[in-house]
Amino acid sequence: MSSNKKYWKSVEELNENSSIVETLRNNEFVEEIPTDEFLADGSLSSSSTTRRDFLKYVGFTTAAATLAACEGPVHKSIPYVVQPDTIIPGVADYYATTMFDGFDFANLLIKTREGRPIKVENNRLAGAKFAANARVHASVLSLYDSLRLQNPKIDGKNASWSDVDAQVKASLAEAKASGKQVVLLTNTLASPSTERLVADFIAKNPTAKHVIYDSVSESAALDAFEAVYGERALADYDFSKANTIVSIGADFLGDWQGGGYDSSYAKGRVPQNGQMSKHFQFEANMTLSGAAADKRVAMTVADQKQALVKIYNVITGASVGTNKTAADAEIAKAAEQLKQAGSKGLLVCGIQDKNAQLLVFAINQVLKSEALATAGVRYTRKGNDAQVAQLIKDMTAGNVHTLIMSGVNPVYTLANGEAFGAALGKVKLSVSFTQREDETAAKSKIAAAAPHYLESWNDHVLTKGTYSLTQPTIRPLFNTKQFQEALMSWNGVSGNYYDYLRAGSAGFLGNASWNQTLHDGVAVYGGAGLAGGTADYAGAANALASSKSNGVELVLYTKTGMGDGQQANNPWLQEFPDPITRVSWDNYVTISQADAKEWKLENRLVANGGLNGSYVTLAINGAELKNVPVIVQPGQAKGTVGLAFGYGRKAALKEEMQVGVNAYALYKDFNNVQSVTVTPESGEHEFACVQSHKTLMGRGDIVKETTLEVFKTKDAEIWNPVPMVSLDHKETEATKVDLWESFDRSIGHHFNLSIDLNSCTGCGACVIACHAENNVPVVGKSEVRRSRDMHWLRIDRYYSSEETFAQDVEKKEGFDGLFGDKGSLGGFGQMENPSDNPQVVFQPIMCQHCNHAPCETVCPVAATSHGRQGQNQMAYNRCVGTRYCANNCPYKVRRFNWFLYNNNSEFDFHMNDDLGRMVVNPDVNVRSRGVMEKCSMCIQKTQLTILTAKREGRPVDVNEFETACSAACSTGSMVFGDVNNKESDVAKLAESNRMYHLLEHVGTKPNVFYHVKVRNN
Amino acid sequence: MKKVGNHNSISKIYSFGLAVMLTFSLSTFAQDKPAEAAATPAAAAPAADAAAAPAGGGDAAKGKELFNTNCAACHNLDKKMTGPALRGVANKYDKAWLYKWINNSSALIASGDAKAKKVFEENNKTVMTAFPQLSTADIDNIIAYTSEPKPEAPAAVAGAAGKGGEGAAEGGLSNEVILGALSLVMLMLVVMLFLVNNVLTKIAKSNGVEVPAAGNPMNIWRSFAKNQFLVLVTSIFLLLASGYFAYGYFMQVGVDQDYAPIQPIHYSHRIHAGSNGIDCKYCHSAARVSKNAGIPSLNICMNCHKNISEVSDTTATAEYSKAFYDAQIQKLYDAVGWDKSTQKYTGKSHPVKWVRIHNLPDFAYFNHSQHVTVAGIECQKCHGPVQTYEVQKQFAPLTMGWCINCHRETEVKMEGNAYYEKIHAELSKKYGKDKLTIADMGGLECGKCHY
Repeated sequence: MSSNKKYWKSVEELNENSSIVETLRNNEFVEEIPTDEFLADGSLSSSSTTRRDFLKYVGFTTAAATLAACEGPVHKSIPYVVQPDTIIPGVADYYATTMFDGFDFANLLIKTREGRPIKVENNRLAGAKFAANARVHASVLSLYDSLRLQNPKIDGKNASWSDVDAQVKASLAEAKASGKQVVLLTNTLASPSTERLVADFIAKNPTAKHVIYDSVSESAALDAFEAVYGERALADYDFSKANTIVSIGADFLGDWQGGGYDSSYAKGRVPQNGQMSKHFQFEANMTLSGAAADKRVAMTVADQKQALVKIYNVITGASVGTNKTAADAEIAKAAEQLKQAGSKGLLVCGIQDKNAQLLVFAINQVLKSEALATAGVRYTRKGNDAQVAQLIKDMTAGNVHTLIMSGVNPVYTLANGEAFGAALGKVKLSVSFTQREDETAAKSKIAAAAPHYLESWNDHVLTKGTYSLTQPTIRPLFNTKQFQEALMSWNGVSGNYYDYLRAGSAGFLGNASWNQTLHDGVAVYGGAGLAGGTADYAGAANALASSKSNGVELVLYTKTGMGDGQQANNPWLQEFPDPITRVSWDNYVTISQADAKEWKLENRLVANGGLNGSYVTLAINGAELKNVPVIVQPGQAKGTVGLAFGYGRKAALKEEMQVGVNAYALYKDFNNVQSVTVTPESGEHEFACVQSHKTLMGRGDIVKETTLEVFKTKDAEIWNPVPMVSLDHKETEATKVDLWESFDRSIGHHFNLSIDLNSCTGCGACVIACHAENNVPVVGKSEVRRSRDMHWLRIDRYYSSEETFAQDVEKKEGFDGLFGDKGSLGGFGQMENPSDNPQVVFQPIMCQHCNHAPCETVCPVAATSHGRQGQNQMAYNRCVGTRYCANNCPYKVRRFNWFLYNNNSEFDFHMNDDLGRMVVNPDVNVRSRGVMEKCSMCIQKTQLTILTAKREGRPVDVNEFETACSAACSTGSMVFGDVNNKESDVAKLAESNRMYHLLEHVGTKPNVFYHVKVRNN
Repeated sequence: MKKVGNHNSISKIYSFGLAVMLTFSLSTFAQDKPAEAAATPAAAAPAADAAAAPAGGGDAAKGKELFNTNCAACHNLDKKMTGPALRGVANKYDKAWLYKWINNSSALIASGDAKAKKVFEENNKTVMTAFPQLSTADIDNIIAYTSEPKPEAPAAVAGAAGKGGEGAAEGGLSNEVILGALSLVMLMLVVMLFLVNNVLTKIAKSNGVEVPAAGNPMNIWRSFAKNQFLVLVTSIFLLLASGYFAYGYFMQVGVDQDYAPIQPIHYSHRIHAGSNGIDCKYCHSAARVSKNAGIPSLNICMNCHKNISEVSDTTATAEYSKAFYDAQIQKLYDAVGWDKSTQKYTGKSHPVKWVRIHNLPDFAYFNHSQHVTVAGIECQKCHGPVQTYEVQKQFAPLTMGWCINCHRETEVKMEGNAYYEKIHAELSKKYGKDKLTIADMGGLECGKCHY
């Protein structure tokens, strides 16, 4: 039965005379295939290699390679000649030390293997106050930076230390004889021994003076503190003592006054007995603190000043005249609550204005704020802007004979860096102690190679009453000399710096011995409290109230990943996505959504998923930055733009790391707020952004959030509902439905990771710790743009589309039909856009180690399987790279090795040079190309803990199990452990009514769980 | 360092094939090694202590014992060590002086004795331990021992070498004899076949049976080719056979069992762990606490070799002479920078680049302390009878199957380890047995070794 139907291949066939039909009959393609495009290259046709030859070569080389692979290589094994008795190959040693580089500071434990430092961990002894942030965690990699200055250089040529010493001594003698000025320009030194050496130096050279320079200035706060308490230092607030926290422009979870407040802040953020702290944030840029706040108000810095005075009026009962701001209602509310809180209240402020900083003390003193009353004193910032400005004047005038710098890079970090560079030429002898031949060292006569802190001795008094030691954890890699050793030789002190600081340690050790202090890394030797003090607060309030604003404000800030830019050559930090914008490998100007619309600036996603942004030129009075890429930032105050320091460096940086623009160029007069004009430019910038979707689209089950009111008064089913699914046409709790026979996990260890969304501040220390522990490769900007980043642990950031996430959920639930006001078609479109001042939430996501893992069932070679301890295991050597598992993973946590990142010159990062490879953790495999990888729940660490217990013949201690991320988490948000041990913290957290699993309705039964975020509003 | 061709090559397959063929014919003759080994103990019979002639009124046999317990740490009879060589010391100093010196040398030096001062200065001003517990009789015995003439060592070595050489020659001869005998048998068989054929033909002829003329020799191949069933069966057989061998070949790629590379220093585990009975973990101490067993650093060697600069005559074997072993010790001294004559470190050291024998791939995690300390497994279980190895080799295949088999069969040593108490109680209840294997504990999971 044949059919008479005729099938048409195209409309053209209707037309019998169509030439196309005729052509198609003879030729597959209507148009000529443009073979010329690649054949036109002459080299191809003139090549003597024919296609057949080519195939022959391919076949031959494949066969040869296969044969060659059958012969195993010969490995050499070279033992020590004399093995140090503290080192056992294969066993890690830990050394307590302290990092302070003038910007970051932390009390640390350094893990070393076979004499190589490989990881930074937190020192948790009493007195060790400061936990490591992301930059400190990454600092171990900066030790193995192949572009470090390896020898002292005079006039750009390698020289010996004796030559350097001779030149400096001669110059000092000349200056002394002729009465010319000698200047020591250093970063903040919190080291009593170094300060003693500097004092000796000044005593020996009467014409010398010491100028302290902080690249990111805290001069205003220091001046205010000095005025009130008579000491150049900062207050070390205890946020855990405050129930109501009002922050005016202070990103205290970031780098405000050095940072390090997150652990004490987080203590008050976990609801206990229905209580948690309340946090108001008034700020211009969207910061980590703003994201964590219960109530965030975006406002310009000019308005912030008014707000501060208004609060001052309410608290102290003064009546200083203020201007009206758009957020007066919120300010009044915050002020009222602060007043009610009384001694349990705390106000902090990040405005770089001495008057503003004086008001902070005025307000907290009237409140009798416990957080201030019990505060310690911090010596981590001491810079003096006025002295630096004077120094530049002196240098330009040719009055400085000898300039000795240590730990500073003014040519890069000064707004008038070029002028400083030129003035260096007028100095008779300039010496720069530096770890790399940076912009300043290149222009100095002598570039003195300084060691990394992991190769140095030092002592620090970071806060009053605590003494911290820095000890070397590796022999110096290069021909370096500490600034302190050089000072000793110029002062004519014999011996080495270790003997010197040990001899001077007597007053700092408290009751501990030297050995005990060295072992602990810290000693507590005295009281920490603040003495009383006062200043002319009323005058300050009046002066502040009358300050004026003009035009658009540029608010300069430091990024979580880069800080002041000292570690710009660190690939971990470059690839670290900014917690707020989720952009890596760049800095950019953040612009509010309203302003972006007005100035016709945009961010858009292109076909490959990459983010593109417009360019602008930023101009302040006397300086401009051309072609700065734009990120449209929800929550940015209208009329302000933000720009981060630390980028745009060129000197002694690998080419890949030379990204971004130098914001210091706009840091005029050390003022982080500048009046700026923004001019749109043509062209588009290609960002490497790891998260393109910004909102949760009302899916409240991904990040569960509730208010303290609901949390206190309602049952858990209301604010932490178990998702329902349909079973036999009946609504059933998803947790009770199971496709699979479950394995009995009640015997032995069963690991769970708990993440409290309330105390997670998004600081990212865990991300870098995970990199270091697990040998996670760095892939570079273009690969990150292709969504091929390898982070095992990412911190997702979501904005609310309405004012709050709760309203998002409401809006989604309220959709009715496709079209109209409540139509879901338009509605979901709107929900993709974040609000102008959104709520923000962070959610760390790593492999969830599902007990019913979707990835395991689809692996064709059983490379990924489940252990009875709960870990989803990944056997790299078994993986053939089908990537089915990544496709089937609902959490998208699996990472594929597209290249051999550890041996490929295209990826010129640490894993491709012998020095950088020294940071690799020998207990974790370095993955090869074509292999899937993911979080292993640090199985190497759990296995080691078990083995240690077995070897010592004891049960594992209650909270002994740890992962790299949980150990790095200074806020206590991440807790890891054995849920089968009912005494353990994680077992108790698993029973909490705030506990929920991510995408519970999928039924994956993860071993990672989250705690519902509670906001106090 | 040249690598020993232990890794498999195509020639190995051929030799393997040959070995399979010869296994049946040769297995009964393959036992001539023990005879050779037996020759060594015979040569090692000590010759020196037979003439224990008492010299100077002491008992040299007792003296030897005393010497070995008290003096040998720093003195040798014929060689300068920490202290001077002691043979014939009685000829240099009078006995009374020696008693004083041995009982308390520092006192003697302090008393201003010229001879004592001289000795002290000649020996790098190293203070000799005082031995007040040695009586005059004891010292006499020691002196008697030190006054013995040097034994005629070289003759014994030559004798041993001679014997060894004979043994080797014997081995070679027997092989040839066997092969010769075999070929003779083969030849005889062929001749017999030929003769039988002849006889049969003759009988047939005489009986009038017509013998068909030998046809075209190609006929058999032609008929084979025609028989399609036979061709099919043969080709299937050939395919299967080649598949079998190809699989076997690929499965041994990267398996380096019996890998015994030449090391920069010929270190004999037979002498150290075997003859001297040194515990494995004395040198490989890291095996107790670390994932690596650790190749001992050279300072560990020097704990003993500071005083042992040459092997005893009896250590030498037919294969390796005393001179050879002494040269190896010298290599150690060169590496660690020890000057034998001045008994001092020169400070110039050259780390020894050993060739690694056990190369577990990076993706497999192995921890020695788990097996040695926790499980209490003998080193020999995986490393073989190391104490008999003259040249260290890889005993186990180190394949995953080998690991897994052991984990399936081995019972976990749980007694007295508090870590296991709870899990043992729970698991034995679950599985209904008292003894648990590693597999029962989850020791077969991928992630236990691969991460």
